[in-house]
Amino acid sequence: MRVLVCVKRVPLTGGRMVLTENAQAIETRHLGFTISPHEECGVEEAVRIVEAHGGESVVLTLGPKEAEEQLRDAMALGMDRAIHLVTDGEEWDPQATASAIVDAIREDESANGPFDLVFFGNESADGGNYQVGIRVAYSLGRPVATGLKGVTFEGGNVRCEQEVAGGRDVYVLPRPAVVGVLEGLNLPRYPSVPAKLRAQRKPVESRTPSRPESRLEKVRLVVPEGQGKEAVILGHGPEAAPAVVEVLQQIGVA
Amino acid sequence: MVIVYIEEAGELAQQALAFAHELGEPLHALAAGGAPAVAGVETIHVAEDDVFASHAPAAIAQALVELVERLAPTAVVAAGTERGNEVLAHAAARLDVPFSANCVAATAGDPMHVTRVRWGGSLLEDARLHGSPKLLTVQPHAVPAAENTGDEPETEAFAPTLSEGDRLVRVVERVAAADGGISLADAKVVVSAGRGAGSPEGFGIIEELAGLLGGAVGCSRAVTMAGWRPHTDQVGQTGTKIAPEIYIACGISGATQHMAGCKGAKALLAINTDADAPILASADYAVIGDLHEVVPAVSAELRKARGD
Ligand SMILES: Cc1cc2nc3c(=O)[nH]c(=O)nc-3n(C[C@H](O)[C@H](O)[C@H](O)COP(=O)(O)OP(=O)(O)OC[C@H]3O[C@@H](n4cnc5c(N)ncnc54)[C@H](O)[C@@H]3O)c2cc1C
Ligand SMILES: Nc1ncnc2c1ncn2[C@@H]1O[C@H](COP(=O)(O)O)[C@@H](O)[C@H]1O
Repeated sequence: MRVLVCVKRVPLTGGRMVLTENAQAIETRHLGFTISPHEECGVEEAVRIVEAHGGESVVLTLGPKEAEEQLRDAMALGMDRAIHLVTDGEEWDPQATASAIVDAIREDESANGPFDLVFFGNESADGGNYQVGIRVAYSLGRPVATGLKGVTFEGGNVRCEQEVAGGRDVYVLPRPAVVGVLEGLNLPRYPSVPAKLRAQRKPVESRTPSRPESRLEKVRLVVPEGQGKEAVILGHGPEAAPAVVEVLQQIGVA
Repeated sequence: MVIVYIEEAGELAQQALAFAHELGEPLHALAAGGAPAVAGVETIHVAEDDVFASHAPAAIAQALVELVERLAPTAVVAAGTERGNEVLAHAAARLDVPFSANCVAATAGDPMHVTRVRWGGSLLEDARLHGSPKLLTVQPHAVPAAENTGDEPETEAFAPTLSEGDRLVRVVERVAAADGGISLADAKVVVSAGRGAGSPEGFGIIEELAGLLGGAVGCSRAVTMAGWRPHTDQVGQTGTKIAPEIYIACGISGATQHMAGCKGAKALLAINTDADAPILASADYAVIGDLHEVVPAVSAELRKARGD
């Protein structure tokens, strides 16, 4: 079994969004970085599939050279090797991202055979474009299901489950296939210290694709209004209980 | 002309129609399998095929592509639901045009100027959308809904030409869930706890208060990652979006990704030991204190007020 997971490096923002002066990006000088929880579940699932069926798991990112950190993190969770499409840090729009990923997949597959399954996050944490995985699937001519909280192998097929009001909707796709997954698919493991050390020695192949013109072209980022309310302090400690109940009664829920 | 893809009639469809109307062109609608009860469009084009008996995103996208080729609209709009975004992304891939998901505003033109949400609503992006037609979805609950009144639209059925591949991705089975009580998304009251709960047992007092208020229990991602509660309880960008009358957040710091899930709450009460926790900047009310003391005191006071 060969499984690929695509992940995107994003800043780990805290309680407030702060932008750079030119409003083109989040100010990251004091922030750490991570990937979307959706993608983390994709990584965990890929590792489990290879643990169960044998084969190879590969993690891929398109991002700045610092994004190697996210590739190492994924390899610490058990991914076997990585492909890094190195950018100069400028964000790529979803069409350009998909097309670079397709080129990389084709190149890897021509040497190593097809990926049985390619995992994407349902949407990226920062962009929320809901499309890169679907575009890649069409370019490769493979079926794609998204919004998934269940992915299991059934013979040559993959059973895909979505949570919907009242239950779960099931799709059955032949492999090779592409899936877009959500957090809740599984509970990702924490990496052990030896696994982190091993990850440092796993191979990362890098390439430097060139960035096409953006067709969904970012002009600027804007922090929405709504932060900076002045909360009414109802009190300190358990003595505040009567004031809380009064508020609940006013709202009409008590 | 603008085509609006209608997944189902209702509030979100009316929001998408209002948004599309602002683009200043005649509206047509596309639906799959049957005509939804919407007004304010000239014609509802109904794609007919057995495959539309259940959700089939690739087939709906193919129907949309046929309609786009026939009617040459300037834009295609849908509600930014999970399935609205899915169908438009499939159509964008087929047409090889850009697609802007979850917009809150758009100004007609080429390129079209759009404002869209990022980070689940914690950040906005002004962008230029190129290509033709313009494909975009509308962020739920960000724009007013159009009233569902006016002349009954014409209905025109058509049978799209579907390949085996188009029919492949479809819901083949619906597994019913056991009735899990009050759903987080619809609850009038949500009582949540974060890392401050300290342990899975720390949720006993949270469940008690939620029970007294007829509400649902929520949590932060710190809690689900620790395995204290299932992911179905998680509020936030990658969890459930809630819209209760009041959200009571105990021992939750207020990370932007958590707040992205509770923007719809009409009131927010934070219970936190830290008077400087970021959540206070979004809260209407706050109690500064240990949730293990404050929450049981509130439950006791509620019982007292009810004469129990
Ligand atoms: C892409 C992405 C998506 C994410 N999606 C989500 C999401 O959907 N939902 C989500 O919740 N998070 C999400 N996160 C994680 C988020 O960034 C935070 O890490 C998380 O919300 C923190 O949870 P917390 O507030 O419980 O913990 P902490 O940040 O550790 O805060 C604990 C709070 O409890 C208070 N406290 C401690 N003890 C007590 C006590 N005894 N009584 C009262 N107060 C006390 C502390 O003062 C502090 O404010 C996401 C992160 C990323 C990067
Ligand atoms: N720069 C990137 N590098 C690798 N994968 C990406 C990148 N951008 C998006 N993806 C993948 O595509 C998914 C959907 O992204 P989006 O269409 O931007 O919402 C993400 O969850 C990732 O799995």
